[in-house]
Order: sequence, then C-alpha cells, then structure tokens
Amino acid sequence: MKNGNGTLLTIAELRLGEKAIIDSFTDLEVSLKLLEMGCLPGEIIQVNNIAPFGDPIAISVGGYVLGLRKAEASSVIVKSINEK
Amino acid sequence: MKNNPIVEQNSFSEKSSLKIALIGNPNCGKSTLFNVLTGLKQSTANFPGATVDKKTGVVKIKNTSGKIISVEFIDLPGIYSLHPKSLDEKIAVDFLCDQNHPDHPDLTLFIADASNLKRSLVLAAQIIDLKIPVVIALNMMDVVEKRGMEIDAVLLSEKLGVEIIPISARLETGIDLLRQGIVSLVQIPLKEIFNKEIITKGNEADQTIARYKIITEIISGCLKIKMKKDEEVFSSRTDKILTHKIWGYVIFLSVLLLIFESVFFIASYPMKWIESLFIFFSQWGTQHLPKGEFSDLLVNGVLAGLSGVVVFIPQIALLFFFIAILEDSGYMARVSFIMDKIMRKFGLNGRSVIPLLSGVACAVPAIMSTRTISNWKERLITIMITPLMSCSARLPVYALLIALVVPAETKFGFLNMQGIVLMFLYLIGFLAAIGAAFVMKYLIKSKERSFFIMELPPYRSPRWKNVGLAIVDRVKVFLFDAGKVIIAISIILWFLASHAPGNKFEEIEKKYSDYSEMIDADKHPEKINNLPQQVAAEKLEASFAGILGKFIEPVIKPLGFDWKVGIALVTSFAAREVFVGTMATIYSVGDNTNAMSIREKMSAEINTETQKPRYTFAVGFALMLFYAFAMQCMSTLAVVYRETKSLKWPVLQFIYMGTLAYIASFVAYHLFK
Repeated sequence: MKNGNGTLLTIAELRLGEKAIIDSFTDLEVSLKLLEMGCLPGEIIQVNNIAPFGDPIAISVGGYVLGLRKAEASSVIVKSINEK
Repeated sequence: MKNNPIVEQNSFSEKSSLKIALIGNPNCGKSTLFNVLTGLKQSTANFPGATVDKKTGVVKIKNTSGKIISVEFIDLPGIYSLHPKSLDEKIAVDFLCDQNHPDHPDLTLFIADASNLKRSLVLAAQIIDLKIPVVIALNMMDVVEKRGMEIDAVLLSEKLGVEIIPISARLETGIDLLRQGIVSLVQIPLKEIFNKEIITKGNEADQTIARYKIITEIISGCLKIKMKKDEEVFSSRTDKILTHKIWGYVIFLSVLLLIFESVFFIASYPMKWIESLFIFFSQWGTQHLPKGEFSDLLVNGVLAGLSGVVVFIPQIALLFFFIAILEDSGYMARVSFIMDKIMRKFGLNGRSVIPLLSGVACAVPAIMSTRTISNWKERLITIMITPLMSCSARLPVYALLIALVVPAETKFGFLNMQGIVLMFLYLIGFLAAIGAAFVMKYLIKSKERSFFIMELPPYRSPRWKNVGLAIVDRVKVFLFDAGKVIIAISIILWFLASHAPGNKFEEIEKKYSDYSEMIDADKHPEKINNLPQQVAAEKLEASFAGILGKFIEPVIKPLGFDWKVGIALVTSFAAREVFVGTMATIYSVGDNTNAMSIREKMSAEINTETQKPRYTFAVGFALMLFYAFAMQCMSTLAVVYRETKSLKWPVLQFIYMGTLAYIASFVAYHLFK
C-alpha cells in the first residue's frame, strides 16, 4: 500500500527511495543534532540506502547524505510525497 | 618594530605575529586547507586537559606592504554549532568564545563548504555575531561549479559584513589570495546577523530554525543555479555495491585481508633492517665503548629499549597509510554504516570495527585510531578490549610454544594441528574482546547518549598530501610519547636483570673462572664455548629479576609455570616478544635467534617432581593462553594512558586482562594435566 500524499509518518517507516518532507521532531536531543546538520522542517529528504539487517539507514537531505540509526530516524515525523 | 614605534589601535595588520583559528563544519575540507597552508611545518599537541589533539603550524607570510608576518594556524575540531554536544566541540567553542583563553586567536578563519552553503553559514553567522574578526574561506568552489551552481561571493560578503574568499583546498586554488586576505585585512565585523530577540525565543531547536530562516533569506540572491546535475549518482551507485548485504561484507573482508597481509609482510622487511641496524649499533657499542656500568646501561638498557620502539614504526606507518586512504576516500564511513548494528549489541559503535581489526597487527596504532569514535563510552570500551586481539608481538611466542608442545600432525589429511592451534588462539582473542565489551557495556556508566548520526561524504580519491601528513603525525606521536615510557621501563628491566644483591655476581664469575682454568681447552672446546652462556644463566638466576621470578613462583605455580617462566613473564611486561629472548638466556642457548635450539633445550628439560618432560601440552597451552590474554605491553599501556588521560584505565585494563589470563591458564592447565 502506498502512503498517500501528506500522510504523517516517521523516517524509519519510509521505504528505500521514498521521498518526504520533514515535519517535526519528537526527541529534543536528536532534533538538535539533526537541525544543526540542516535537517529542517520543510526540507525534502529521500531514503538513499538501508544497511544490511535494516539498520542504520542513509537519507539525502540538503545536498548531502546522512547516516542515522532507526531509533533516531523514528523520532523525525515527515509528510510523505506521493510522486504520482 | 623597535625603530618604528606604532601605537596599536586594534589594528592587527601592524602585528608581527598572528594567531589564527581554523573553524568549520566536519567534512568541510578544513584539515585539507590546514595541510595546504602549513605543510610539514605543523605539529600536534593536546588541548590542555583534554584528549583532543591541537594541531598548529607556524608559517611566514608577506603582507601587501612587504612586511613578513609570522602566522600561527590552529586547527580546531569540526563543529556544527556553538552549542557543544561532544568534548571535541566543547573545546573548539571554549577556544573561540573565551577572550581570556591563553590561545585566544587574533582572527578566525571560517571554512565554509560552498556545496552546503546554508549549513555552513548558520555557524559562520554565529561566529560573526561573537564580534571576533572573521575571514570566510568559501571552499569546494570546484564542486559547486560541477553541480552547475554559481555563488556571488561579493554580494554575500556585503550582506554578511566580512571578507569572503572563494577557494578550493583540494585543487589549491585561491590559496594565495586567502593568505593575503588573512594578513592584510583584519577587521571586526560591524553587522549583527541574528537579531537577539529572534534567536533567544523558544528552546534551542526553535532558535536553530530561526537562524536557518535568516540565512536562507541572505543566501537567496547570492546563489544561482544554472543547471541541475545529479552528480551524486556515482556515490549512490558505489554505495549500492559497497553496502550490499553480501558484497559489502565480502569487499570489506578483502580490504582487511589486503591491509593485514601488507602490514605483516611488507613491514617485515624494514623491521628486519631496523633490527639489524640496532644489532650493529649494540655490537659496535660493546666493542668500542669503555667497559663499565654506563656503557652497559647505554647498550642493553637504552639502545635495547629504543630498538623496541623504532621497530614498530614500519607497521604503524603502513597501517595509518591504509587507514588514511580509507578515511579520505569516504569508504570508512560506509564500513561504520554496515557494521553499526552488529557492534551496537556489544556496547560498541560502527566506528569500533577498524581499531579492533587493526589490533591484529599492533594495539598501539589501533588504539590511536579510536579517536574517530565520538561517544566516550564506546571509545573507551574499544580502547579497553582492543589489546585482547592477538597482535603480531604474540606471534613469536605462539610459534615457539606451539612447536614445543603441539605435534606436527595432520588430521583428516589436510588439517595441520599446529595451524589449528594458532587459529584457535587468534579466534579466542577475538571472542574474549567481544565478551569483555559486552560486560563493560553494563559496567561503565555514561550519561552521554549513543548516537550514530554521521555524514556519509561523497566518494573522493584520497588526497596524498593528507595521507602523507597523517602518517608523519601518527609516527611522531608514537615515537615521542610512547617512546619515553618504553625506554624508561627498559632501563628498569635492564637494572633488574643485570644487578644482584651483595656480591653474588662476583662469586659466580670467580666460580667459573676457577672452573675454566681446571679444564683443558684443547680437549673440550665445547665446554669453554658454552661457559659465557652458563655464566649469563646463573647470573640471571641470582639477579633481582631472578629473585623476582622466584618470588612470584608460588603465584604462577598453579598454572604450571616455574620461576624461569616467571622471569620471562616479568621481562615480557615490556613487550611480549621479549619472552623468546629471555627463554634463550635462561636456557643458556648461545644463538638467541635460533628458535629451534631453544625449543630443543626446553623440551629436553625434565620436571624434577614428576620425572616427565617439564613442558607438557598442559603447561605450554596454559602459557599460550596467558600470553593471549595478559596485558604485557608497555607501549600499549602508555598509549592507553595518553588517550584516556587517566591512570585509572590502563591500571584497570592491566588488572582485568591479567585476571582473565590467570583464570584461563589455570583452567587450561588443570583440564589438560
């Protein structure tokens, strides 16, 4: 089942290659690190790569690639973009 | 300056020396620029009270009026914001913000990654607001061009109120302009970029978001995108293979195999040269120096200790050659990425993989390479367990003992028993390391949360200048810091082995000189030839080291070891490979390098209590396990002390590894007896 446009979910729930817009954060400590690195609300992210065994994952954001653990990814709420 | 007294009014251009701090995000090319600016004139020291390296380099630069200014560049750890999250970052921030810091810079050289302009400028603007003189080097202009973008540096400079110089540290373009910019124009920025009211509202997250908004506005109009090109295609395709669930690990293992083969085999040649050079020196010294206490100390204490340090340099240089290439190319980040989940189960981090595996060659460079792990607890566990990996210094010990107690039989037609035991020893070292990590995960308390948020930089061909300077730097650190301790211990060991209470040595010498007069040298040449070794053996037994060996005999008796092994254990404390040499001296074998003859002597010895051979399989195996687990390496302890900046950790490491070794040997001895 494809996520509809605008569905709220976390980065951890995205599939490989899926794009989404960052909406908000649920963990202050993680959010600070991510914000500093340019993961801002409104930025478009894409799941670039998933490590073997499903964790960590790599996302591209603002022109660079960021690796982060599933636990950290699940604290970022995103709006999915349905490309079609 | 003497003939030209000028009143200094905040005018830096009149100064004859400048302190300049390099600051920027991680991966912004800061170290590359530092290397370009300072070359070999750099040196590494520590920030006061911290494990973080402070790299500095002093160079002379001519300013526009022809005056030569001595500029000291200071490379600070990469940071993402002025709100420090790790120790590295805290040091950089303290350095910048504290006006009373002894090294407070006259000027900050901010390195902005032009290909990631927004993120770079958020930090730059924070520094500008500190009212510290700033020059911005807009780096990676080559990447920006390739991506089909254009940055109006002049307009951006106007908007920010500081000088901006576009450069490419990789291609070394714009560097001369940058040098001039640093020494000629230094002014305090007058603009305030972040309005205080805006950025003090809400929590830290809100403030960061507010900052990004302001920067986005500033950048708009300065950044033109001519055409959009997807240059990340190469990196993402390579990632598909290098982080593949099968190929990723296959490639990683192949890379490791290549590294270890090289570290073992290529390094063995220069190591042999170094050894023969030191043998030559010590022979020369024995022959030409006046006989006496001081010459003996020089040859058998200092020189022996020095050779123990220098001999490791080829391995360290080679290992760091490969590690620098892996890091600079971007591959290391991928290895951490695919290993993180497995390592996490043991309280480690994806970044622990490289130090652990480097430990198979030598724990010293391996422990130095743990600096890439930012979480202190994970780094500490990695440091604590790395010496359990069987290093190359254990190999000569294993080789001698295996040949002594394991029959060279072949099982099932192809499995050589000696090879199996050797492989078992390497395997058990690895398992012990992982097990110890698992225990320490629960024992070491840490408030610091474990994160694995790291940039996966695009693949790049390694910059050879960076690789070369990394090798020089690591070797220098090892030679001077660890070297001091190793030489000190060698001198102590020399004293213990060459001195005895009272006039014991004179008595032994007298006994043998009387004896040599009694026998006919023509009829029994072999008796005369063996005399020096017998004197040496008896002297060793009477020496303080021998007394120490006898003293600890009751403790090691349950493991099946006698006082002779005890001496070897004591001398092995400096370095494990000393075992073979000590055994050779104890068993009065003339040729120290011939392992065969030591082995024959040892295997011929009869245990006076059981009337059976002294070295049974149980004794030999227990001894091997002891060497596999025990912390008998002065260099490693010295490096652990240096890296943890505390005596606590090397002491704990010594105790836990010693306990492990004792228990394992005890169990093995009684199991096989």
